[in-house]
Amino acid sequence: MSAVLGGSQALWFVSRASGLAVLTALSAAVVAGVAARLGPGSRRRLAAGELHRTLALFCVAFLGLHVVTAIADPYVRMGWAAAVLPLASPYRTLAIGLGALAVDLGGAVLITSLIRRRLGYRVWRAVHWLAYLSWPAAFGHAVTAGSDLRIWWAALVLWGCAAAVATAVIARLLARLRRPGGPDPAVPAAVALR
Amino acid sequence: MTRPARLRVDFIGCDGRGLCAAALPELITLDDWGFPIVSDRDVPSRLLGDARATVRACPKLALRLDARR
Amino acid sequence: MSDGLLLAGPAAGYEPAPSGLGRRQRAALIAEVDRAGLTGRGGAGFPTARKLAAVAAGHAPVVVANGTEGEPASAKDRVLMTRSPQLVLDGAVLAAEITGASEAVVVVHRDVREIIDEAVAERARVRLDRVRLEVRTAAEGFVAGQASAVVRWVQRGVPAPTATPPRLAQRGLRGAPTLVQNVETLAHLALIARYGAAWFRSAGTPAEPGTMLVTVLGAVRRPGVLEVGIGTPVGRLLDLAGGASAPPQALLLGGYFGAWVAADLALDRPFSSAGLADLGTRPGAGLVAVLPAGACGLAATARLVRYLAGESAGQCGPCRFGLPAIAGQVERIADGRGADPGLLRRWLGQVDGRGGCAHPDGVVRLVRSALRTFGPVEVGPVPVGPGPVGGSR
Repeated sequence: MSAVLGGSQALWFVSRASGLAVLTALSAAVVAGVAARLGPGSRRRLAAGELHRTLALFCVAFLGLHVVTAIADPYVRMGWAAAVLPLASPYRTLAIGLGALAVDLGGAVLITSLIRRRLGYRVWRAVHWLAYLSWPAAFGHAVTAGSDLRIWWAALVLWGCAAAVATAVIARLLARLRRPGGPDPAVPAAVALR
Repeated sequence: MTRPARLRVDFIGCDGRGLCAAALPELITLDDWGFPIVSDRDVPSRLLGDARATVRACPKLALRLDARR
Repeated sequence: MSDGLLLAGPAAGYEPAPSGLGRRQRAALIAEVDRAGLTGRGGAGFPTARKLAAVAAGHAPVVVANGTEGEPASAKDRVLMTRSPQLVLDGAVLAAEITGASEAVVVVHRDVREIIDEAVAERARVRLDRVRLEVRTAAEGFVAGQASAVVRWVQRGVPAPTATPPRLAQRGLRGAPTLVQNVETLAHLALIARYGAAWFRSAGTPAEPGTMLVTVLGAVRRPGVLEVGIGTPVGRLLDLAGGASAPPQALLLGGYFGAWVAADLALDRPFSSAGLADLGTRPGAGLVAVLPAGACGLAATARLVRYLAGESAGQCGPCRFGLPAIAGQVERIADGRGADPGLLRRWLGQVDGRGGCAHPDGVVRLVRSALRTFGPVEVGPVPVGPGPVGGSR
């Protein structure tokens, strides 16, 4: 019995840790993504773009670990469908549901990004905006389903992520309001038009 | 054995963000308005990997690597 | 020279066009068009038989008859559609039958919308065609006549060119293989189907057979649209337009995307691709504009370039930013304020060939020819041989 409990404890631990890791990686990915769009200078944008893609892949890896360990944990019955269907978990339906929503949205972004050459820029871009919804879903899941907010440093990480993402999103919105959809040449046109 | 390939810019999609020139300065420079000038010669084989990475880096999917027939 | 059937209208008395074609008839017609050597009359001069064959190979294609005539100085398509609307529609229907399309969209300049509507109604009254004809008014603007821009206009109301892979013959209007053909080309097609390749070849030159419509304007007594055999000497074109009204200084051949040529160089040249190649231009959409002695060619060019810069679809950076910059420099030269030839040379080089369509290329050709013809400033080699002059890409 204690072996089972020990195994369950381990799974739960890994699930919590990987959950925190996903949220951190996702938040960093959002910030890197905004930097890739707004970053001063093409060099920074290039580096930010690559970082964004790498972090997104880390998200997938941590997320896989998080979902598998959470569902495999025999202490709580959720069923595999709960990972992707927002209303499928009888245990803490809303909390898990938010997580499933994040998985769905993130999954859509991932798949479209893998085949974006085929889809064409417009379709890919439209789906990519969904990414902005996956973060609140993931964050909502962390706050409602997470059991570690009492730990001071875990809460710090969580709210730090929120602050970073909020900053990035505000910067992104301001940039869009200032210049909706216009081109963003690396060399300001005013300089070249002498 | 890799086929000869050329970089091509879709100027309708290109926004002049300049990531390509930053990633592959050996083959891509920017004109006076920030848009890429791409050599129309074949990409040297030692740069093919970098060229592919540069194509992936374009946020508007405006850069292509066309294998020549 | 042929009898000039293009502008004869109903007086031409041509027999009914072939219709309801079987597969073998279609292939035979494409072969006939190939033998005739018909090329596109929209400016690019692409062999029509090849285009027909490429689109016919696709599934459920659609035909677009391009009567936009975005170039403001050109009048040939409007005159053709006014005088011989049924001939144009015959060609559109025939092109649809040949390629296996069940529909032809006829995009026309708004000046001739009513006439074409009436012509289509006439045909519908007697149930003439199996092919469905749809008429749309073209967008205004210089690039609106570009082939992919016409397709996008019909589909989405945006008259701007689209990126070339995929080609229109593979995937165009509503995702179908699309044949975009200038209305004059379609008129020739209808005549070839009736009278044959040999008849068509009785005009023009062996390498460039047939007739074409040219718009002659500027310092001539009777500016207007003429049908002439390809290869007619340029001087003869001026004669047919009533002769020059003042001693000609230079001619703009090929339209806004053509090139200026000094009059003494141009007048005895054949108006054909071969005849004009080493002067850096082509007949294109058949525009001949005469600049009289005493007029300032650079000022005229500056106005043209400023206009063309404003007509950019604005989709491509080099065109959107480069053309106004070039226009500024040409204006400075024309005003006598002096410009930096190095800068102008640099910008012309940076803009040439770097766009989603041939718009910037045309401007570069125009400016280089103007400086060669009117100015002391040398800004680049004489472009030799054909380059894209409007049309599809």
